[in-house]
Amino acid sequence: MAEFKGIMVYGEIAEGNLSAITTELLGCGRRLADESKEDLLCILIADQLGETPQKAIAFGADKVYTVENPLLKEYQTESYVVVMEKAVQDISPRVLLMGQTSVGRDLAPRLAFRLGVSAAMDCLELDIDPETKLLQQTRPVYGGNARATFSSDSFPQIATVRQKAMAPLEPDKSRKGEITPLKVDLDPAAIRTKVIETVKEEVAGIKLEDAEAIVTGGRGIGGPEGFKELEELAKVLKAAVGASRPPCDNGWVPDTMQVGLTGKIVTPELYIAVALSGASQHLAGCSGAKNIVAINRDAEANIFKEARFGVVGDWKQVLPAFTAKVKELLAG
Amino acid sequence: MPMNMIVCCKQVLDPEAPPASFKVDPASNQVVPPPGVPPVISPFDEQAVEAALRIKDSQGGKITVLSLGNNLLRDVVKKPLSMGADELVLLEDEAYEGGDSWSTAYALAMAIKKIGEFDLVFCGRQAADWDAGQVGSGIAELLGIPSVTVARKVEVADGKATVERVIADGYQVIEVTLPALITVSNELGEARYATLKGIMAAAKKQPTIWKPADIELDPSQIGAAGRRAKLLKLFQPVREGKCEMVEGDSPAEAGANLAAKLREAKVI
Ligand SMILES: Cc1cc2nc3c(=O)[nH]c(=O)nc-3n(C[C@H](O)[C@H](O)[C@H](O)COP(=O)(O)OP(=O)(O)OC[C@H]3O[C@@H](n4cnc5c(N)ncnc54)[C@H](O)[C@@H]3O)c2cc1C
Ligand SMILES: Nc1ncnc2c1ncn2[C@@H]1O[C@H](COP(=O)(O)O)[C@@H](O)[C@H]1O
Repeated sequence: MAEFKGIMVYGEIAEGNLSAITTELLGCGRRLADESKEDLLCILIADQLGETPQKAIAFGADKVYTVENPLLKEYQTESYVVVMEKAVQDISPRVLLMGQTSVGRDLAPRLAFRLGVSAAMDCLELDIDPETKLLQQTRPVYGGNARATFSSDSFPQIATVRQKAMAPLEPDKSRKGEITPLKVDLDPAAIRTKVIETVKEEVAGIKLEDAEAIVTGGRGIGGPEGFKELEELAKVLKAAVGASRPPCDNGWVPDTMQVGLTGKIVTPELYIAVALSGASQHLAGCSGAKNIVAINRDAEANIFKEARFGVVGDWKQVLPAFTAKVKELLAG
Repeated sequence: MPMNMIVCCKQVLDPEAPPASFKVDPASNQVVPPPGVPPVISPFDEQAVEAALRIKDSQGGKITVLSLGNNLLRDVVKKPLSMGADELVLLEDEAYEGGDSWSTAYALAMAIKKIGEFDLVFCGRQAADWDAGQVGSGIAELLGIPSVTVARKVEVADGKATVERVIADGYQVIEVTLPALITVSNELGEARYATLKGIMAAAKKQPTIWKPADIELDPSQIGAAGRRAKLLKLFQPVREGKCEMVEGDSPAEAGANLAAKLREAKVI
């Protein structure tokens, strides 16, 4: 039987560059590799990889495995799972880390079931047990109301990691590493899905994921007009506008604005939550914010348990004066 | 063309129960069900039923619902029937208790094999208790069929399904050959309500119950015995909870005071 060795990161590439989650995974993987005195491996899959293998080394990888093939231009479950199955068989990593992204949440379980091992999804913390050397995976469960720590004794131990839960290393261009191309045969006929088109629905302005400040509206905003008022505040603060799920479900704002467990994960300096109750599934997406400020007419609303500052009141009366005063303060 | 469809629906503790009512028993590593809050069908699974119903509405077909667990409440698990599903199969036995994604997907896949003919299997994108999002992909892998996850729209024509798959900044349109498995997300839109007629029809229907032996399950692979993920600890994160309430003589004044406060604290 092969010996399982090394911490492997599955790297994602966006617009020709390593995506943020990949650098975060490499940061976390570097720590795990050092703790277990093993190599940090990274696998990169695309039609063209460009300079990304060197970048993965700069961000901490010891060895980078590359798979380039025109059939891998877009992520598709059945082509990517074949590549990953082969890579795991050839390299036998002990731990495999992926991002909790559109790709990772689809690929990790399919690969785990193909390999006959378990995967832990959406992890917030990963540690190596010093005695058993097994990976311990801590993830939120019950909509963020609780956390659970899992382990397993079949290899590789697979975990997906929540975006922004781990910090990347400062890239060091002088770091040395090995780059090894892998050969994988792909049979186009075995891919039973076809991507017809990819439609971007990104809203104009600052991206939620990158914003330093976010103004988020909930069900209590009452309709699309209310979000116009939030946009005004956002403009003054150079903030992005987000939403809890009901405004998205009701079509007041695009689905891509949803923050939470099944929406975007955000970590701004300032998060202003207006007329939302602070359900655990919403907090799952914003509890990493440095300062949460809540405006809600219900003094018992759960959001006040997470907030640093709050006002109890009708947002329709509180917000205009708040926006005006912020404008004044920032101008002066 | 009429479609043969299977929907996997899990009974879970109500995920929208007030966060303050949520309790964990650290000794048993289990959640203590909040008193007086009945369980529900996991919300994404209701939307999976809705996805199947929309196909049935447009071209006819049959919908069989599968639920795995023990001591399942009939009022809860029959809800998909009252929405318009045709049959309910319960994998109900003590032996199914304490499972993980592996043992659950294995049992559901074996039940689907026993049902035999199907064009589409629907699951929720993730169950609202453990939030894993693995069982759908697992069933597809065990059955050897393609899967498309996190769907917001599903249409079928000419032996293929066209699925809109939600991605971070929009969606993809994906064509998949049948039979296939699709997991459904809330962007699909709200699940329909049960009609009075539906509730009455559901009350008369008896679910079929399959014990492990009925679907030739290997006892070492189901429930707690079949787990591949070991649960070491279940706990509630501690909340600091010290919110400074900003007041004023009027709501507007409170708003202005809040801005001043944020300035003072160098938050803006
Ligand atoms: C599996 C699962 C995943 C989920 N994922 C997400 C997710 O990713 N993101 C998400 O947001 N939700 C998610 N949800 C839904 C979540 O459970 C809550 O239902 C949702 O977050 C509630 O949104 P809300 O706070 O806007 O609405 P509500 O809970 O209805 O709260 C509205 C609030 O507005 C206040 N209000 C009303 N009018 C006014 C007014 N005029 N002035 C001031 N305050 C006012 C009320 O006091 C109340 O507190 C998920 C649920 C499940 C089961
Ligand atoms: N016990 C169960 N009975 C029926 N379906 C289930 C069960 N567990 C999981 N599923 C299905 O699999 C989906 C994903 O579950 P999970 O991987 O546990 O998050 C759910 O939304 C259901 O459609």
